[in-house]
Amino acid sequence: MNSIGENCNELKKQYDNCFLMWFSEKFLKGDTNDEMCAPFFKVYQQCVKKAMKENHIDLKEIEKDMLGSADECSAPPPKNS
Amino acid sequence: MVKYYESTSVFHFSWDQVAQGFWKRYPNPHSNHVLSEDTVFREIRGSKLFTKRLLTKTNRVPKWGERFVNARTVKIVEESIIDPKEKVLITYTRNIGYVRVMSIVEKVIYKVSKENMNWTVAERSAWIDSQVFGFGRAIQAFGLERFRKNCKQMVGGFNYVLTSMFPHTSVSHATSDEVTSHTSSAKKDALKDAAKKATDIAKSKAGPIYASCQPNQT
Repeated sequence: MNSIGENCNELKKQYDNCFLMWFSEKFLKGDTNDEMCAPFFKVYQQCVKKAMKENHIDLKEIEKDMLGSADECSAPPPKNS
Repeated sequence: MVKYYESTSVFHFSWDQVAQGFWKRYPNPHSNHVLSEDTVFREIRGSKLFTKRLLTKTNRVPKWGERFVNARTVKIVEESIIDPKEKVLITYTRNIGYVRVMSIVEKVIYKVSKENMNWTVAERSAWIDSQVFGFGRAIQAFGLERFRKNCKQMVGGFNYVLTSMFPHTSVSHATSDEVTSHTSSAKKDALKDAAKKATDIAKSKAGPIYASCQPNQT
């Protein structure tokens, strides 16, 4: 899948490949040490952060954590209760 | 007034397989509207993996919706938490920008099926809202109809990816029950009316009818 920044595609691919291997071979088997892909992640992040700025994406909107926060949507109570 | 919907799907793949497939969902033959996908945050906390991805999708707007939205793409933030010990994957997606026109929030919990240890159940909840005066209902009704259709597409697309990743696991595809809604029949009629109104407006403009925003996950 493409990155939002065309010039980040190669860096993204390298990182994604590393991550997928780490996820299957390490993380799912209980190894939480994520050093393995950190160098790939770092350069990819530098590229994508720049591309997001160029695309006028509101970084604050993205940084907001909703899942697990008080702002997370919750299911309404069952109808008959 | 926010509309709430939920549905359940069963994937005939193990939870570990679904968790791996989750990262490779795009592209698939049902995801032509997904333009880009980027990981913008990732961190291990305890034994769990926290990730945030930014997705951009094409934004198909009906003629009557152009007065509210003129963006060609819609941006979506997807948060996820993966707990490999409990075997639970939670995803939470929301659109950013134009949230007053239409906001769609979707939460999916993937866990091991109680029926069969080798299957995975996806429990999907969605909240659809619009605050456009006079058009809110119509936009909401459109969003809902799109969402229902896209639920099936989403399951189809994910199954396609899982089948190509794990070809020997299963030949059968996931079953998806009907989307159930917590809406009274009176409200349903009102929604139908709103949808009809929107359709009529759209027809009167002689343009093709599409949803005003692309729902979060397809």
